[in-house]
Amino acid sequence: MADELPFWRRYVFSVDHKVIGIQYAITGLVFLFIGFCLMMLMRWNLAFPGEVLPILGNLLGESRMPDGRMSPDFYNQLGAMHGTIMVFLGVVPLAVGGFGNFVVPLQIGAPDMAFPRMNMLSYWTYFLGGVIMFVSCFLPDGPAQSGWTSYPPLAVIAPDGQTWWLVGLLVLILSSLLGSVNFITTIIQLRAEGLTFFRLPFFVWSQLVTSFLLLLAFPPLQAASIFQLMDRLAGTSFFMPDGLIFSGEMSTLAGGGSPILWQHLFWFLAHPEVYVLVLPAMGIVAEVIANNTRKPLWGYRSMVYASIFLGFMSFLVWAHHMYFTGMGTAMSAFFQVTTMIISIPSMIILTALLLSLWGGSIRFTTPMLFALAFLPMFGVGGLTGLPLGLTASDIFLHDTYYVIGHFHYVVAPGTLFALFAGIYHWYPKATGRRMDERLGKWHFWPSLLFMNGIFFPMLIQGLAGMQRRLYDGGAVYGYTQEVIHWHKVISFSAWGLAIAQIPFVLNFFLSLRRPKDAGDNPWQATTLEWAAPSPPPHGNFPVAPVVHRGPYEYSHPDHSADHWPQWVRP
Amino acid sequence: MGSAVMSETVIPYTADERPDTGFDNVHLGLWLFLASEVMLFGALLSGYILLRFGSAEWPRGADYGLSVSLATVNTLILLVSSVTIVLARKALERGALERFRLHMGVTILAGLGFLAIKGFEYWSKFDQQLYPSTDNFLALYFTLTGIHVLHVVGGLAVHGYLWGPGLALWHARPRQCVNRVAAAGLYWHFVDLVWIVLFVVFYWL
Repeated sequence: MADELPFWRRYVFSVDHKVIGIQYAITGLVFLFIGFCLMMLMRWNLAFPGEVLPILGNLLGESRMPDGRMSPDFYNQLGAMHGTIMVFLGVVPLAVGGFGNFVVPLQIGAPDMAFPRMNMLSYWTYFLGGVIMFVSCFLPDGPAQSGWTSYPPLAVIAPDGQTWWLVGLLVLILSSLLGSVNFITTIIQLRAEGLTFFRLPFFVWSQLVTSFLLLLAFPPLQAASIFQLMDRLAGTSFFMPDGLIFSGEMSTLAGGGSPILWQHLFWFLAHPEVYVLVLPAMGIVAEVIANNTRKPLWGYRSMVYASIFLGFMSFLVWAHHMYFTGMGTAMSAFFQVTTMIISIPSMIILTALLLSLWGGSIRFTTPMLFALAFLPMFGVGGLTGLPLGLTASDIFLHDTYYVIGHFHYVVAPGTLFALFAGIYHWYPKATGRRMDERLGKWHFWPSLLFMNGIFFPMLIQGLAGMQRRLYDGGAVYGYTQEVIHWHKVISFSAWGLAIAQIPFVLNFFLSLRRPKDAGDNPWQATTLEWAAPSPPPHGNFPVAPVVHRGPYEYSHPDHSADHWPQWVRP
Repeated sequence: MGSAVMSETVIPYTADERPDTGFDNVHLGLWLFLASEVMLFGALLSGYILLRFGSAEWPRGADYGLSVSLATVNTLILLVSSVTIVLARKALERGALERFRLHMGVTILAGLGFLAIKGFEYWSKFDQQLYPSTDNFLALYFTLTGIHVLHVVGGLAVHGYLWGPGLALWHARPRQCVNRVAAAGLYWHFVDLVWIVLFVVFYWL
């Protein structure tokens, strides 16, 4: 019996997908917090360039903060690690490892993942990768400092932290490979009786497409990381062209390499990665919206087809990050066209979600508030991306704060809000307890305000031409002076956002002490995870469920109750 | 790994095919893994293509004394091992455990033979002061064949496990054990195929 397993087998080296999902989610949340802290430090120097940071300035050490002032190298390290941690260690593990692991087997009526021990291995590989990345922050020369994109030649000649970054990334890619094989096999093989593909909840579809992206897009970055490791450790010149001069001396490398090769391989992963960040979020929002409008999703099938098409197209747009590399007008024209095409399926999904609200009797629960906020926030993120996909306007906007504003609108008030919605939505399933609604609202409204306080001014600054990655935020340039005061607004909003998370943290832990009275189906939902007990035992379902209908049969005219769960006999 | 302790959560279709998908979990998982591997070697080879066509001159394998005859021997060794691993699976399906051990043992020895020849080739290059840092041809040669060697080593570890302690599963769940050997075989054919591509790319083209 599962109850007889010792503590470390039940909660540490567990093979139960729910425990692994919670491990992923909590580790992911911790890394999100670490990544957020790195960014808050950067925001100090952007708002008050060269000024002494009170208290913390002295604690961080002379090499990082000489006399309590941030060194440019330290700023670069914070930037590189913020991006790396947020994407590879925070959002993806939470969205895919956390929610995917916990929810997918329950939603398809399976007892566990197809390969439970591989699932455990996937988590612990991710953990190891995270430890390597985290420990590299304490190296004498600091962690990686060449941005999360690690462009050579600079990344190749950077200090040792870059080697740790590459090794950490290779470990994380291995974890992602194990996870994606497991998810796809689970979804295809372990669906309950009667659960055909078009009866799958949209969240399961989103995880299926996401897993294919992870499976097929990560290996090119694996290849690129191996090449860069060879460049750093074996002295090869994969990314090092002829005639490089370092600190006034001619390079002794063989040369003949191409820095552009790295960019192609990197973005071949990193653009699909954007959809890895977004698709699970859309899946969560779809679940929450259907449940809280008490209506079927509008255009469920179009959403499924759109997400498959989106996944396919995401492999054909990568070079729109590279218009500035001089790859030629023919290439730019091709990627410009594919980029415009890929905006269509994203907008189909967003439009379908928006239309799903029409005529619903909406419950404004905390998860629903976050899901509703996702729609316009992701909309802003998506629409601000269009000018970046067109070469003519990208020439002006490339590498400005506009770009940062754009993709953060997608990922922060977009994906992160969806992930919060997911936490509030499935917390009762994971713990048997509801979260506090009032604290939830105290979390939501300030977060929404401060998120926009952070990212909207960045669009303004970027349109004025302010470049990103400037250590002093552009204080030395004349043309930035009209928009530079926004840095203070952004920084105070960022610190405000940190304070706005306190109700969430309190809610998360205090709710654990509330009575276990949520019941199996507290939201009167229709999908299979709500057929299992809360929290579900090892093996999930006392009796294997049989599915009789589609995933969102709310307010069905032939049924007296307002929801008709998938598992209830006709 | 104590599979007996995992006890009561039974995962369906670990050994049998699911009727509507036509797959068992192990085969589907392995094909997905191979898809990912195709992307890995595809990316490595696209790096080769970009660097080769971006350079004014490109050496031939023969310029650095890469021996076609040694590589041909290695190709034959891998092809033989791909046959013997199929024979090993067939023997296990019949329940002929001694036969299985024989064929699997030959597969493992062949893999070790491949590594020995590859190691000799590497050593003779180093002996001629030819390193990955010498130029991009050698950088690609050492990196790509090196990653392939890692795949061979990984495969041999799996084969060794199945030859020794892994065979215990046959007495408890024979179908699942056969499935594992079949999966190891599929992977081994893939490693074989990759070598043939690398052989052509570095020794001939």
